[in-house]
Amino acid sequence: MIIGERAGVPAVTVALGDSPTDRVRAAARRGGALRRFDWALAVSASALAVLGAILVWSATRERGRLTGGDPQYFLKRHLLNLAVGLVLAAAVSALDHKRMRALTPAVYLFAILGLFAVLSPLGSTVNGARSWIELGAGFSIQPAEFAKVGVVMAAAMAMSARPAVRRAPDMLAPVFDARRPGDAPSGRLIGLALLAAAVPTGLIALLPDLGTTMVVVATMAGVIVVSGVRLRLLLLLGLAAAGAVALVVKFHLLAAHQVNRFAAFADPNLDPQGVGYNTHQARLAIGSGGIFGQGLFHGAQTNGQFVPEQQTDFVFTVAGEELGLVGGLVIIALFGVLLWRACVIARGATEPFQLLLAAGVLSWFTFQTFENIGMTLGIMPVAGIPLPFVSYGGSSMFANFIAVGLLENVRLRSTR
Amino acid sequence: MLALLGTLGARLWFLQVRSGAQFQQAAAANDLRSVVTAAVRGSILDDQGRALVDNRTVLDVTVDLNTLAREPQSGRPVLERLAAALGVPAAQIEQRARLCSPTVGQPCWTGSPYQPVPVARDVPTRLAVKIMEERDRFPGVSAVPGAQRVFPEPYGAQAAQVLGYLSPVTPGELDAPDTKYQPTDMVGRSGLEQTHDDELRGVSGVAEVAVDNLGRAVRTVSATPPVPGDDLVTTLDAHVQAVAEQQLAAAVKSARNGWDKNSGTRYKADSGAVVVLDVNTGGVVAMATYPSYDPSVWSDGVSAAQYARLTDPKAGTPLLDRAYQGQFAPGSTFKLVTASAMLQDGFPARGVYDCSPSFDVGSQSFHNFEGEAFGPITLKRAIEVSCDTVFYRAAYQMWLRDGGNRPVTHPADPVQTMAAAYGFGRATGIDLPGESPGDVQNRQEKLATWKQMKDIWCRRAQTGYPEVAGSDPARAAYLKQIAHENCQDGWQFRGGDAVIEAIGQGGILVTPLQLARAYAALANGGTLYQPHLEKAVIAPDGHVVSTYRPKVVGHVPVSPATRSFLVSAFEGVAQEGTASGVYGPWPQNRIAVGAKTGTADVYGKQATSVFASFLPADHPQYAVAMMVSQAGQGAMVSGPAVEKIEEALYGVQGGAINPRAALLPQPPATLPGIRPDGTLVAPADQVLPPACLPPPGYGVSQALPPAFTEPSVLAAPPYYLPERRYAGLFQAGALA
Repeated sequence: MIIGERAGVPAVTVALGDSPTDRVRAAARRGGALRRFDWALAVSASALAVLGAILVWSATRERGRLTGGDPQYFLKRHLLNLAVGLVLAAAVSALDHKRMRALTPAVYLFAILGLFAVLSPLGSTVNGARSWIELGAGFSIQPAEFAKVGVVMAAAMAMSARPAVRRAPDMLAPVFDARRPGDAPSGRLIGLALLAAAVPTGLIALLPDLGTTMVVVATMAGVIVVSGVRLRLLLLLGLAAAGAVALVVKFHLLAAHQVNRFAAFADPNLDPQGVGYNTHQARLAIGSGGIFGQGLFHGAQTNGQFVPEQQTDFVFTVAGEELGLVGGLVIIALFGVLLWRACVIARGATEPFQLLLAAGVLSWFTFQTFENIGMTLGIMPVAGIPLPFVSYGGSSMFANFIAVGLLENVRLRSTR
Repeated sequence: MLALLGTLGARLWFLQVRSGAQFQQAAAANDLRSVVTAAVRGSILDDQGRALVDNRTVLDVTVDLNTLAREPQSGRPVLERLAAALGVPAAQIEQRARLCSPTVGQPCWTGSPYQPVPVARDVPTRLAVKIMEERDRFPGVSAVPGAQRVFPEPYGAQAAQVLGYLSPVTPGELDAPDTKYQPTDMVGRSGLEQTHDDELRGVSGVAEVAVDNLGRAVRTVSATPPVPGDDLVTTLDAHVQAVAEQQLAAAVKSARNGWDKNSGTRYKADSGAVVVLDVNTGGVVAMATYPSYDPSVWSDGVSAAQYARLTDPKAGTPLLDRAYQGQFAPGSTFKLVTASAMLQDGFPARGVYDCSPSFDVGSQSFHNFEGEAFGPITLKRAIEVSCDTVFYRAAYQMWLRDGGNRPVTHPADPVQTMAAAYGFGRATGIDLPGESPGDVQNRQEKLATWKQMKDIWCRRAQTGYPEVAGSDPARAAYLKQIAHENCQDGWQFRGGDAVIEAIGQGGILVTPLQLARAYAALANGGTLYQPHLEKAVIAPDGHVVSTYRPKVVGHVPVSPATRSFLVSAFEGVAQEGTASGVYGPWPQNRIAVGAKTGTADVYGKQATSVFASFLPADHPQYAVAMMVSQAGQGAMVSGPAVEKIEEALYGVQGGAINPRAALLPQPPATLPGIRPDGTLVAPADQVLPPACLPPPGYGVSQALPPAFTEPSVLAAPPYYLPERRYAGLFQAGALA
């Protein structure tokens, strides 16, 4: 079976049925998949995951209650997750973009089903949030992580409902040039996208998982801004969002521990044994790192297990304490590379669906990274979300690499 | 996006580089905990090395509050199960396991929440094993060996008030700047345990342990081993102390059998004390008080009910030591002071004095005891028969010489000045806390009191005492009269004041300790020593840390002639005076005794029975004084008891001396020896039969055995601390 024209130049050419050598050769040709593949993106994501594996190892090797006696348990699991993630990314990047579009409703429905499942008696509660489905044998999945992928895909599909194929310069106009009303998705499409996003977002908020809710909302905001919506509509949406936040606060829809996190953010020295414990201990860990850190496996705060959830949400504190300013900056720089590549890929997208897909992933990673590192540094309120690639967690790792796969997919199918 | 990442980088730099040092400090404090190992407290020994207070190793059941806090319902079910297993009320365990705070009072845990809290002491090994074997039912509960203060009570000598007691250090003491305490320390709160706390306590060991977030020890950063406390050798002699306690109790009992014809009731004999002093050093050989209590109540931690009983005035406040905290009118024993003052003031020792039945000062008439009269007698005879009017008249003359009601600029006040020289009216400085100073009222004091009280007196002189008048009109009238006089000239030291003080009543209050010291000063030639209980401090390894040197605090200004006159007069009291009945068959020719009786009238109460003596008169060794409140005559109650104590000291039996029965003809000149391993060396003159030798391994170590947590260890024979009990309890000293 031959996809695309045998002699076609710009299209992705994958020869099937030939010998494996031929296929690799075809991919490695000038303009072939291996050349077009965004290696910087893949390498920075993998580097973050490997670094994460070491930090997770450092954070957990003394926590016998978590590891069940095997100090390398989390190291191995994290690397295994990375391997699975890479396979997922490769698979997603290889998908045909039409098939991707066709798959979107299924992914979206699957995400919603997963969220319903976690709210049903199947779900289990950890740290006050009903976020996990236990699969047995020590495996569990966190549907909210996968729901991010579903939301990004569904929103991109909804807002690009007008099946117009445009050339790249036209596509980028709404983002980088003056907005032209004709290019923007109509209010109806925006409404459709918001509706599509609202269902999983509401379910995630019910878990309750405030952190992921915030990520999804930020992602949607990014997608909508990039889509080139009219300024008036944008302002209207902004006002609506502000009103929604005001209602949530007024009717005490947030759980007490969530309110406390904001209170602790506003006053860092609030109740260091209770509400402010996380932020206080996190800052002690990072603050005692200095320029070069206390050395891997030598962090007193890390070894003393003073920072809760250090292998997951607070993994950055391990880097801060043991690897110091240098290690922290390396991680931030790797994220810089990753986000820069995502930005480049979005700019190169040839179709609205692909552009919005890339833009969604970009705003997702940007917000989640900034929020996570920001909360460990005390410049953002604490929210229970992992640091992409670095934090331990299978669902998160898989979802992140699926997102990387989406970016690569866009990259492979763009003209530049 | 770059701006966001830049923000993160900048913040990271700020936290790690700009303010890193401050966070490093905070983090260092985060993960260090102090684990305190209590030091073994020193023993309190008597002059021969017999332990009056010692330590014993017992099994304590402790609970770890941190573990408990993580249990359901904050571990309440665990404590309830524990209480049931120990067979005590659940409330008792819960009260001991709660932390003290401004709103939570005793019983509660004053120490650190990171330290295991002892909730039960001296638990039987079988019970401890049972609890330790069912670990999952008792999370956070351990059985550990702890030191318990025990009172061996050699010969039955309790000396509860002198020894004192301990209680846990309070948060206030711990928070004080440069505190010397550790969170688990027990601090002496009374008696010798308080005054010699620093020597006895030792220094707790502290290990700085790095811990993780669950408080589990990761590694030991630094460790200081505990330094055991030093032993205190006292001047007390357990055997003499036991006799003194028995005789005091016997005196109280005999007084209560006596009939007081003044009040028409039996004598109450509500309180009293006796003191035996070494006249040549001021060392206290025995010191007993009544009512008393068994010091063992402190061993297991005193209960609220027990403590209430110890401090209940209705029960006589047994916690008070009347020997140095009780103030009584000395009655005629104070004539030691008056006679000294007279002789030094020029009254002739060989003159003739008029012992009339009464002596009048203005409208007031002062009588002899029971209106007796002996006519013209010598001063020696006046002392022997305790003729009050002789001393009234002399005191009045001395008062007149000072100008009477219009005193000269610098009145001599011979009696009051002499009283001060004998050490009355101020604390003796004995090494016990809360000493009473007694009182010798003089001109300055009367004026000061009047300035303070005149408003009340003058108002009462007008209004009277209507609240008293209802029940007792005569008393109300008397009180109104007193108030009137006090309002008018209460500032004045009047003739009546001077006269009544001459016989140790009115404005004179003394402690039994002061009285014994005054007679000791006369006996030893005029030297006033500071009474003391400390004889030496000996380190656990046997080396003598310090030896107490007697402190001379004054010299009584009496000439040798006056002194020998007075000594012979007091010998006369014992041989042919008011105390002759007391010393009936006493071998005066071999051990001459000087003595004085006293029967002090106290307004509104029965008479105080007082007796003071010293012996041997020719080469004095001891002074003994006893005072019993509301017990009648000195010669009837206190005298015989003092005589019995003196019999025991010298082995006097039916007028003869049995040197083998003598408890302590002389205080031991040497200190009890303590070997480097902490065991006691028997004094050379004492023979130890083999059966009394300590068992092998006895008293080898001062250190507590390590805390054991495994049931298998518990199954082994119970640990015991080497009890530093003196093995050779045989007295073979001979009269020199």
